[in-house]
Amino acid sequence: MEAATVAAKPVARRRGDAVRDFLSRYGLILFLLVLPVYFGLRDIGAGRGLAPLGNLLVQGISNGAIWALIAVGYTLVYGIIELINFAHGDNFMIGTFVSFTLYGTLGLGLGAGTPALVLGLVACLVVSMAACATTNVMIERVAYRPLRNAPKLAPLITAVGFSFILQNVGILWFGSSQFSVPDLIHSQHVLFSVAGVSIHNSDVLAVAVTVPLVLLLTQFITRSRIGKAMRATAQDPEAARLMGINVDTTISFTFLLGGLMAGAASLIYALYQTTLWYFSGFQAGLIAFTAAVMGGIGNLQGAVLGGLIIGCIQQIADNKIGAQWTAAVVFAYLIMIMVFRPQGLLGEETREAG
Amino acid sequence: MRRLRAVRQSRRANLILAVVAIGLAALVPFFFAPLSTFMNNAVLALAYVVMALGLNIVVGFAGLLDLGYVAFYAFGSYTVGWLASDFFAYINGGKGVHVIAPQLLSSPAGIHVNFLLIVVVAIVLCAVVGALIGLPTLRLRGDYIAIVTLAFGEIIRVFAFFGDDIRFGKHYLLTNGRQAISPVDQIELPLLHQFDSAFSLRPYYWFALAMVALVLFVNFRLRDSRLGRAWIAIREDEVAAASMGVPLVKTKLLAYATGGALGGMAGAFLGVYYNSVNANQFQFGFSIFILGMIILGGLGSIWGVVIGAVALSFINTYLIPSLNDIPEKFGLDFDFTTLSFGIFGFLIVLMMVLRPEGLLPERRRRLELTEGMGAGDEQLFEVRA
Repeated sequence: MEAATVAAKPVARRRGDAVRDFLSRYGLILFLLVLPVYFGLRDIGAGRGLAPLGNLLVQGISNGAIWALIAVGYTLVYGIIELINFAHGDNFMIGTFVSFTLYGTLGLGLGAGTPALVLGLVACLVVSMAACATTNVMIERVAYRPLRNAPKLAPLITAVGFSFILQNVGILWFGSSQFSVPDLIHSQHVLFSVAGVSIHNSDVLAVAVTVPLVLLLTQFITRSRIGKAMRATAQDPEAARLMGINVDTTISFTFLLGGLMAGAASLIYALYQTTLWYFSGFQAGLIAFTAAVMGGIGNLQGAVLGGLIIGCIQQIADNKIGAQWTAAVVFAYLIMIMVFRPQGLLGEETREAG
Repeated sequence: MRRLRAVRQSRRANLILAVVAIGLAALVPFFFAPLSTFMNNAVLALAYVVMALGLNIVVGFAGLLDLGYVAFYAFGSYTVGWLASDFFAYINGGKGVHVIAPQLLSSPAGIHVNFLLIVVVAIVLCAVVGALIGLPTLRLRGDYIAIVTLAFGEIIRVFAFFGDDIRFGKHYLLTNGRQAISPVDQIELPLLHQFDSAFSLRPYYWFALAMVALVLFVNFRLRDSRLGRAWIAIREDEVAAASMGVPLVKTKLLAYATGGALGGMAGAFLGVYYNSVNANQFQFGFSIFILGMIILGGLGSIWGVVIGAVALSFINTYLIPSLNDIPEKFGLDFDFTTLSFGIFGFLIVLMMVLRPEGLLPERRRRLELTEGMGAGDEQLFEVRA
C-alpha cells in the first residue's frame, strides 16, 4: 500500500535541476558563442568596432560552406549504417586533385575569359562530383559491404585503412608536398562591401554552389522515391527490406550522394584555398566530422549548420589565437560536444550517444 | 575441474613458449654485428611489440578502439626529453639537477634522471593521461570513442609541434617542436656499464627484450585475471556485462590506463634509443601502424599481436624498401617507402575483409566474429542473398 503511494508521487525535483535543464538545452549554444562574443567585445573595447569580426564571420561562413558539404556526406552515411566513413575526407582530397588536373586538361588558366571560365568550371564541377561519387560507391562495395554482419569495429578499421590508401594515391599523384593551383576566380578580390565587411569572390562562389546543392539534396531526400527508401532504411533496415526496399542499393545510393557533395566541395576548396596537399583531406574530414557531430549526426540541416559554425570558429581561431592552434581548438570543441551534448545541436538521442 | 585443468595446462604451455621464445631471441645478437642494420631494426621491432601489446589491452581485450595511441608515445618520449637532457638548461642556475644520473653526460646542465626512474615516471604519467583521455569516452560507444581518442591524439600532436611557442617563465619551453630535443642521456643500469649506442646496440636489444618479457607476463596475468575477464565481457556485450555486475567506469578506465602505461614505457625507450625527441614522430600514422600490427596478428590474441608487431615492423624496414626496384622495372618512377602507410592501409583492409580474426586468432574472438554477434543489432543487416 505504502509502496504504491510512493510510486504514484511525481519525482521530486532536486535543487539545481532547473540549472541543469537549462545547461543541457542551451549549454552548447552558449559555449559556441564564447569565442565570437569575447573577441567582438575586445575589438569594440579597442575601438575597432565590429567590422573585423564581421569579416571573419563572412569568411567563416564561406569556408564553412565547404565543411558543410563534406559533413553532409558523413551524416548521410552515419544516418543509414551508423558508420563513420573515415575515408570520406580523403575522397574529398581526391576530388580536389581531379579538379586541379582538369584545369590543365581544359586549358583553364589565369588568362581564360569569363565565358570560358564559367563553362570550364561547370565541367570541373560535374567531373569532380562524378569522380568522388564513384570512389565513394566503390569503397562501400569493397570495404564496407563485405563487413555488414561483422562487429562494428571491423568496417571502421577498414575505413581507416582506406583513408590511408587514398592518401597514398594522392602522394603518388602529386607528391607529398603542398602545391599551389592557379587562382582562377581571383578569390581574394573584394566584390563589394557592406558596413565595412567585405565580400570576396570566393565567398559568393561558396554560397552560390552550396545553397542550391543542399536545397536540392533536401528536396531529393524528402520527395523522391529513393529518398524515401533511404529514410526507411535509416529507421529500420530489417523492416525496410521486408517492405521490398533493396537495402544494398539504397546504401550504395547514399554513398553516391555523399560523394557528389564532397566532389562539389572539392572544387570550391581548390578555387578558394589555391593550395592543395594530400593531407588536406584528412584534416578536412576531421573538421567536417566535427561539424556533423555538432549539428547532430544523421541530421542534414544539422550538418550544414555545424559546418557553418565550425567555419566561423576556425576563422576566429586562425586570426585571433594563432593559426597553429586552430586544429587544437576545433578538436577541443569536438571533445566538449561529445562529452556534454553527444546528440549535437539539432540531433536526437541515439544509441551511440545515449 | 576439467576446465580448471585446461586453464592450468594452457598457462603452462604459454610459460614454456614464452621462456623458449625469449631465450632464443636473447641469443640473436650474437649472430649479428653489434651495430648492424638488423640489430637496429630488431630493437625497434621489440619496442613496437611493447607498444602493440599495450594497445592490444585497450582494443583487443576491452574492445575500445583507440586511434590516438600515439599520444602515449609522445608522453613517454617527452618524459625522457624533459628529464634526461639539457632541455631545461637554466634550471638550478645552469648547474642542472641530477638524480642517480649517468656518468657520461653531454652537458651537466638540465635535468638528468636515471632511466629506470624515468620509466616509472613515464608509466605513471601515461596511466594518468590514459585515464583522462578515457573519461570523456565513458558515456560513448563504438565509433565515437575512436573519434574522441583521435581528437586527443591530434591535440597532443599540435602541442608537441608548436610547444616551442609556449613559454614558462623566461627560459622554459614546453617542447622543442620540430627541432628535436637531442641528445638524450643513454641508459645506465645499476651494476652494468653505461649503454652506448655508438658502440653496440646489443644492450639496447636485451633491455627491450626484458621489457617485452615483462609486458608479456603482465598481459597474460591480466588476461586471466578478474579484470581481464571483465574487459572481455565488456567487449562482447557491454550491457550484459554491466548487468552481471561489471563496474563499467572502473574497468574501462583501467584498460585505458594500463594500455597507456605500456605505451609510455615503450615511448620512453624509443626516445632514448633514437637519442632525440622530435614532434614529427608523433603523427596519426603511427597509431595506425600499431593498430595494423594488432589487426594483422589477431585482436586480443597475445601471441598473435607479438607476431603481428614483429612482422609489420620488418615489413616496414625490409620488405617495403626491397620493393623499390620494382617500379623501375615497369618504367615507373616512384618510391615505395613514401607509400608505406598506404601499404599498411591496404594490409588492414585486406585483413579485415578476408581474415578479420588475424593471423593467429584467439579462439574466443573468432567465435565472436563468425557468429556475427558483437555490439548487438548487427544482425539486422543480413541483406546478402
